[in-house]
Amino acid sequence: MKAEVYVTLKRGVLDPQGKAIQHAIEANGSDAIAAVRQGKYFEIEVAPALEPAAARAELDRIAREILSNPVIEDYRLEIHE
Amino acid sequence: MKFGVVVFPGSNCDHDAYHVISKVIGQPVDFIWHRDSNLDGFDCIVLPGGFSYGDYLRTGAIASMSPVMRSVVGFANHGGIVIGICNGFQILCESGLLPGALLRNASLAFACRHVNLRVERTDTVYTRDYERGQVLSIPIAHGDGNYFCDDETLARLEGEGQVLFRYVDSKGDPTPESNPNGSRNNIAGIVNDRGNVLGMMPHPERASEEALGSADGRGVFTSLAAALAELAKAS
Amino acid sequence: MQQPFTPEVIAEHGLTPSEYDRIVELLERHPTIVELGIFSVMWSEHCSYKSSRVHLKRLPTTGECVVQGPGENAGIVDIGEGYTVAFKIESHNHPSFIEPFQGAATGVGGILRDIFTMGARPIAAMNSLHFGDIDSQGTRRVADGVVRGIGHYGNCFGVPTIGGEVHFSDRYEKNPLVNAFALGIMKRDQIFLGKAEGVGNPVIYVGAKTGRDGIHGATMASAEFDDEALEKRPTVQVGDPFLEKLLLEACLEAMRSGAVVGIQDMGAAGLTCSTCEMGFRGGTGVEIELDLVPQRETGMTPYEIMLSESQERMLLVASHGRAREVIEIFHKWELDAVVVGRVTDDGKMRVLEHGEVVAEIPNVFLTDEAPVYHRPLARPEGEVVLELLHDALDVDAEGALLELLASPNIASKEWVYDQYDHMVRTNTVVLPGSDAAVLRVKETRKALAMTLDSNARYCEIDPRLGVMHAVAEAARNLSVTGARPLAVTNCMNFASPERPETMWQFSETIDGMSEACRAFDTPVTGGNVSFYNETDGRGIFPTPVIGMVGLIDDPKHVTTQWFAKEGHAVVLIGDETPALGGSEYLATVRGVLTGPLPGLDLDREKAVQEAVRTAITDELIVSAHDCSDGGIAVALAECCFSSYRLPAVGATVDLDFGLDAITTLFGEAPSRVIASAPVGAVAKIAEICRRIGVPCRQVGIVGGDRLRIDVRGATSVDVRVADLESAWRSRIAAAMAVGR
Repeated sequence: MKAEVYVTLKRGVLDPQGKAIQHAIEANGSDAIAAVRQGKYFEIEVAPALEPAAARAELDRIAREILSNPVIEDYRLEIHE
Repeated sequence: MKFGVVVFPGSNCDHDAYHVISKVIGQPVDFIWHRDSNLDGFDCIVLPGGFSYGDYLRTGAIASMSPVMRSVVGFANHGGIVIGICNGFQILCESGLLPGALLRNASLAFACRHVNLRVERTDTVYTRDYERGQVLSIPIAHGDGNYFCDDETLARLEGEGQVLFRYVDSKGDPTPESNPNGSRNNIAGIVNDRGNVLGMMPHPERASEEALGSADGRGVFTSLAAALAELAKAS
Repeated sequence: MQQPFTPEVIAEHGLTPSEYDRIVELLERHPTIVELGIFSVMWSEHCSYKSSRVHLKRLPTTGECVVQGPGENAGIVDIGEGYTVAFKIESHNHPSFIEPFQGAATGVGGILRDIFTMGARPIAAMNSLHFGDIDSQGTRRVADGVVRGIGHYGNCFGVPTIGGEVHFSDRYEKNPLVNAFALGIMKRDQIFLGKAEGVGNPVIYVGAKTGRDGIHGATMASAEFDDEALEKRPTVQVGDPFLEKLLLEACLEAMRSGAVVGIQDMGAAGLTCSTCEMGFRGGTGVEIELDLVPQRETGMTPYEIMLSESQERMLLVASHGRAREVIEIFHKWELDAVVVGRVTDDGKMRVLEHGEVVAEIPNVFLTDEAPVYHRPLARPEGEVVLELLHDALDVDAEGALLELLASPNIASKEWVYDQYDHMVRTNTVVLPGSDAAVLRVKETRKALAMTLDSNARYCEIDPRLGVMHAVAEAARNLSVTGARPLAVTNCMNFASPERPETMWQFSETIDGMSEACRAFDTPVTGGNVSFYNETDGRGIFPTPVIGMVGLIDDPKHVTTQWFAKEGHAVVLIGDETPALGGSEYLATVRGVLTGPLPGLDLDREKAVQEAVRTAITDELIVSAHDCSDGGIAVALAECCFSSYRLPAVGATVDLDFGLDAITTLFGEAPSRVIASAPVGAVAKIAEICRRIGVPCRQVGIVGGDRLRIDVRGATSVDVRVADLESAWRSRIAAAMAVGR
């Protein structure tokens, strides 16, 4: 089983890196972009012995408590059986 | 009375803090290894600057989960005095001892230079040797020092007087130009509501000797030493 | 036996047909593919110095203070009180063009390892950077990446990056130069060398795991660039400064334990280089089993493992029976440490895989027997124009001064050094921005000054005299801080050695450097040669970079360039006649590169520096500044600017060199220093200068908020210092912000 976790800055938290990326895209001559926000991506291989339900709960806790900081970040967990 | 300087893998201002405490203000001090969890005998814990564990997840995040930090949280909750400088401030926010978080500098670049700080309060264990409104020249050296918190937290920090240091210009005014990293309300350092945990991005240990261009930061350490001496006498 | 490799395979390994024949002759057989790879890196220009060795021999390398000269990981000099410093400069030019951030970062990582391999704790880093035209997009990409990369590695590792130099010229557009310098301190009796001694002693691999990074990096650094170079990205190594910081602490702890016999960094050519060089230096052999080497990827071949350039790895030899102790220290720091082999008595490097020999080569074949070329030399055709343009003097002096201050070569490098932590370890007594960086040495009562200097434009016009100017300027930069120059490390950046013109420039440079270093008694303790800095047939300027280290006996005598107080006298020490040949003025304001260069009298230069140092230790001089690039007008402006210590202040100066205003203001000459001092001290300074035989006179007074310079009674410049400073301070940051 594999899991993917996306961590992004919360709405309302300024994202200067995203702004810089947006400017770079615009400077490159593209007007297809209205806004960019950037974040982190984690690929996780789940220990084979774990039950799916238990794995989901544990991964959710890891994403919430370790991989993201709730003060500034949101996360999204995707699990692929 | 004894100071303890925590050493995480990747700490690199640990020796600088140790030097100021032992040599400049002449107080007893020991290093504490990140895997130690016994803080017995220490009266003030210093979380030094650096890149603990490479800051590879978020600044300060991995350090906040180390054995020593579990003890530091307990120590602080029992009223023990803690100061986190630069990476130490980031660790304190990640561990929940201080509110908010430190984001990437608005310039997106690491910034190392002297800045002006205004002392906002002098009735704390960290600032008693300063004058209120005094402007200090103290260096910063960070890539992630942009203090962020939500509006409610900000209102509480300001309302309760928890902002101890603010970035200002040479006249003492907190202007946008004098804000080196985009911090909300030019915040450079805050204390918790109980006043026993300070986090600050600037490095007072780098401005504690005239030979280095400024001794304005020494007051943080002399204030602490005086406060600890009083506490020791009282108990 | 039939020839096992096609000519193409041999050429891809950077070996000529005759070099391959020589390998067969030495081995008395054809090499295996692993052996071919080993020869390819060890005989590359980068590792073997095959084109430069015959010339490098002419450099002075010994002196009273020299503890270790060239040939080890770094040179070492004695600073007294039982302490020594190890320092070296090394190029990471090619990797920094391909991937600026990682290229520069790993350059810093490599030079730091060279220092702590010797047992020294790194306490300072500097960089010499040469980029293309600042306003080109390519330069912005490279400069931004390089500066961030240097900052990333040095800041995280915890070494202050305290100085250096940054130059811009279109000649570096596709060949930027990134030369990284580091300096460390250790007790004199705790020096470690890269020797495998004691037959039977265990050989231990420590640090990061081996991956497929940078395979053939060393041969890449020895080949000319073409457009395909950018396609070679996979060979770029990625640095991990956090791991290196742990490696530093673990290595120093292991060395203190007394269980380490010898240690060497795995830099370019990784395991190959460390294995044969440690055996060679120790007069022994080293045998390793590749199955034991920690690997990051699966299915790596012996060829890949031997040629990998994964970063943050070391090879060390432990005392017999003490391997476990060493390994435990590394485990405490959460690092891999594995016995991978042993020291033998047969003088060979032997590589095993599953117990089978895959390579076996006498060390001497890879070191002393590496090819040595006496390449042909030829003075370049087409003399540089020696006549000045007639209209060169017909310029508004104030406008020219503003233009020069905003020239990227002269403008403030704040945008660069703001991104470097230059204060960590709380030793930096003079922060970046003055003539030389100064560190106090907490272990002693002394301070160290250090500087990196090059003058590539001068060297293009006249390599021999040009490099002598660079050495003199380095020494002057140290002297004006109050330091006595001790020793030099050099980084020789040149185009292809296969061009006789390049080799002529190289040979001339070595001769000029030798003469100047002898004069200042600053031996060359090591360094690095980087050839093939050319793209599509166009080479860089010949760019020898001088790293010089000096000693200040009492930190209270540390002096900076900035005018300190209204009413102080402005004093000019030295009276060399300035000239416009090769000047920054001609390059910037007129856009031409033309000679002849100002002359250099080494005896007079030494006398001026001695006079300045004496006046500093006698506590007469308050500030002192080298007067070179951009001439005296630029130097005076720089003395007026604000710094982290002092606010800006003006000055009124009156000059009469018997020359026109432009040559007076912007002409360049060595052996000149601008000092400031209380008026009452001027007579005493003059007395010192008279005794030493150096001209000296008061030329003005500090005060007000304008810089006013009169030339032979007529006012040439009269501008607010704030206007000059803002032109100077904003240029580089503004250029780098374009497109943001």
